[in-house]
Amino acid sequence: MIYFDNAATSWPKPPGVAEAMMHFMEAVGANPGRAAHHRAVEAGRIVYDAREAAAKLFNAPDPLRVVLGSNVTESLNLALCGYLRPGDHVITSSMEHNSVMRPLRALERAGVELTVVQCSPEGFLDPADVEASVQPNTVMVALNHGSNVVGTLLPVADVGRICRERGLLLLVDAAQTGGTYPIDVQVDLIDLLAFTGHKSLGGPMGTGGLIVGQRVDVTRLEPLKRGGTGSNSEHEQQPDFLPDMYESGTPNAVGLAGLNAGVRWVMKRGVDEIRAHEVALTQRLINRLREIPSVTVYGGLDAELQTAVVSFNVAGIEPSEVGLRLDEEYGIMCRVGLHCAPAAHKTLGTFPVGAVRFGLSVFSTQAEVNEALDAVRELAQEAQ
Amino acid sequence: MTDREEQAVILVQGTNHAIRAEKLLQRAGISCKLIPVPRHLSSDCGVCVRVERADREAASQALEEARLAVEGIYEV
Repeated sequence: MIYFDNAATSWPKPPGVAEAMMHFMEAVGANPGRAAHHRAVEAGRIVYDAREAAAKLFNAPDPLRVVLGSNVTESLNLALCGYLRPGDHVITSSMEHNSVMRPLRALERAGVELTVVQCSPEGFLDPADVEASVQPNTVMVALNHGSNVVGTLLPVADVGRICRERGLLLLVDAAQTGGTYPIDVQVDLIDLLAFTGHKSLGGPMGTGGLIVGQRVDVTRLEPLKRGGTGSNSEHEQQPDFLPDMYESGTPNAVGLAGLNAGVRWVMKRGVDEIRAHEVALTQRLINRLREIPSVTVYGGLDAELQTAVVSFNVAGIEPSEVGLRLDEEYGIMCRVGLHCAPAAHKTLGTFPVGAVRFGLSVFSTQAEVNEALDAVRELAQEAQ
Repeated sequence: MTDREEQAVILVQGTNHAIRAEKLLQRAGISCKLIPVPRHLSSDCGVCVRVERADREAASQALEEARLAVEGIYEV
């Protein structure tokens, strides 16, 4: 059995993650920040630890500016829908996931002006194209850091410099890169960093967050939801301070206990070491797939320029058929189709058929890569 | 903690801030405890930070250095 669907959600999780969640369920269990008894405070500490771990990993100076939530989609919706107003102009890329594209298209219908900068057929973005799109009413650039379809990395720091020069905010969707590629919000000049817990951070589903940088005017960033925060309870108005103003309702504390353990495992292992492991496997996978005559591999084909996500097609077999046969005949789990990113597939020329996607992780092995390559080779030969 | 008469409580903006305050004070070597906000000081239902009265100034300074907003410090 080979799990190559880590770009959708990572599995297995690092050691200690499930244990931390069991500990929360069995020995803590209280509502964080909703009472002052010692278990409630302990639950609050665990949630805070997750906040602090994320801040440390991404080098954010203040853990209280890490807004925790249920996934990166929620974080992106908060940043986009909370900040942009009719008449504003926002720039994004043609490699975005629908978690960015759909909120932006909805905002466009509401009067926000949108420019989608075209990326190359390999999925790369030229920062000069972003700069050329800036208008007097531009307020934000929203970019994915690593493509969920082909893994190509976008030059966020270069775009960050443009944003600082032009007085724009940079929102980065780090769903595919958090925990597997070095991210430093200060060096990379990221104002809003949206991350998910359940991929390379090793946490469970239902966890994620948004790091809100010092340049973001929080009086302008409207909450997605309002309600109980355990703070300022005497007031019927939403609190106006971070993180409470964006964290109404009981959080997924058990999930955040797992996220905390996951992020701390990532920091202990080291993002550079994780990255080196994944680059080696990814390059091997790309090179060997390209040796199969009827296989087309998409993207930049250079593991140094992408994450551990490899998409390909086999001539003569539809992606859905490849996926089904890999699962049923070889026990290899992957994802086929459009990967919730129609714009990216149009950029790559794989729309509407889609592609077969292998998503590797720090726990993937060379033996697994070899076995998957043998399977694809057999399927390709049969189809000829 | 010793005599209850010798303490001060620091009110901050909710539990997240209180836990950050606790960590900052521990790092600064100042002993503290999170306690329910005394009703007579605020109607907030969360926690606040209790320190020795003698540590009041040092605590205040440590939180200010980390730019953690303090709502008020009261001797209790």
